[in-house]
Amino acid sequence: MDKKPSSSKLLKIILPVALLAGIPMALLFSSKGDNRSQALYETHCGNCHMENGEGLKSLIPPLAGSDYLTNHPEKIACIIRYGQSGEITVNGTTYNQSMPGIPQLTEVEIANIINYINQQWGNDAKPVSAATVKKHLKNCKNSQP
Amino acid sequence: MNKLISQYIGFGLLILLGLSASCQTAKEKQTLPVIGKVTRSFQFVDQDSQVVNNETVKGKYYVTDFFFTSCPTICPKMKAQMLTVYEEFKDQDQLLLLSHSIDTRNDSVPVLKEYSERLGVDRQRWRFVTGDKKEIFEMAKHYMVTAMEDANSPGGYAHSGAFILVDPEGQVRGVYDGTQEIETQDLIQDIKQLLHGQEAQ
Repeated sequence: MDKKPSSSKLLKIILPVALLAGIPMALLFSSKGDNRSQALYETHCGNCHMENGEGLKSLIPPLAGSDYLTNHPEKIACIIRYGQSGEITVNGTTYNQSMPGIPQLTEVEIANIINYINQQWGNDAKPVSAATVKKHLKNCKNSQP
Repeated sequence: MNKLISQYIGFGLLILLGLSASCQTAKEKQTLPVIGKVTRSFQFVDQDSQVVNNETVKGKYYVTDFFFTSCPTICPKMKAQMLTVYEEFKDQDQLLLLSHSIDTRNDSVPVLKEYSERLGVDRQRWRFVTGDKKEIFEMAKHYMVTAMEDANSPGGYAHSGAFILVDPEGQVRGVYDGTQEIETQDLIQDIKQLLHGQEAQ
């Protein structure tokens, strides 16, 4: 797909401002869902888990109302970064579709995504901080083959 | 202030006029344009190892697309949209859904079978086919759909999310973006028009 050409001059002004504004915003919102979190979700997760979090039949597990989020909070960051393969049971249904990891996401971005999912579609799972994500990632990295 | 109100009324009238005009044309215009014709012969196998070829689709309306089961990008969205088409017409035996896998290496017959079972769809209404890789890509080209191997794309393949609507004469009647709900609704309306409009047999 073609990317729209953007004015480099405008970019030069907007980019540093966005970056400067983005850093404290990211820190502020790392424990709360916001539009940026939604954008992250839609870019990295929404294609498969859908914008309404329902997943796809018995192929892709739902995130909306998912018992996995509350039962295995320590695994969510690992799945986002390293992916998931093999069987996984969510709300009593066993799924077996591989999910690719998203290695380019930072810990703050992962926390934003988790917090978005945890508070969307009627979900009410505990918020996580970037530090918690870091801890969870360290634990699962050790168990990666 | 009064001027503003009269402008609003004028604008409202214009919209009403426009609406009634478009209703009129919708009634008069009952057929969809012919965009192309499927002339290439093909032979693939579906999730039940049944042959799917030109004879299978002869005399039927069908919607076709290209995907692969492990596709991490647009495919699940396409399949969710195709599912709404399926649900809308699942009792309509004049319509067939035909999804081609472009990942012939991994999407074997059993893989396609599990995929369709997990989607929970009737195997006769929605057929998932695989076959000779070159032939699948040639068919995609024939339907004017982009599909190719591409190491830089997630999952190893680049393809468009198009849904192609073909009529019983093998004529392409519509091309829709299968990742968009709004275009899928257009597709559903167009199928209804073809099935129940002047062209219904």
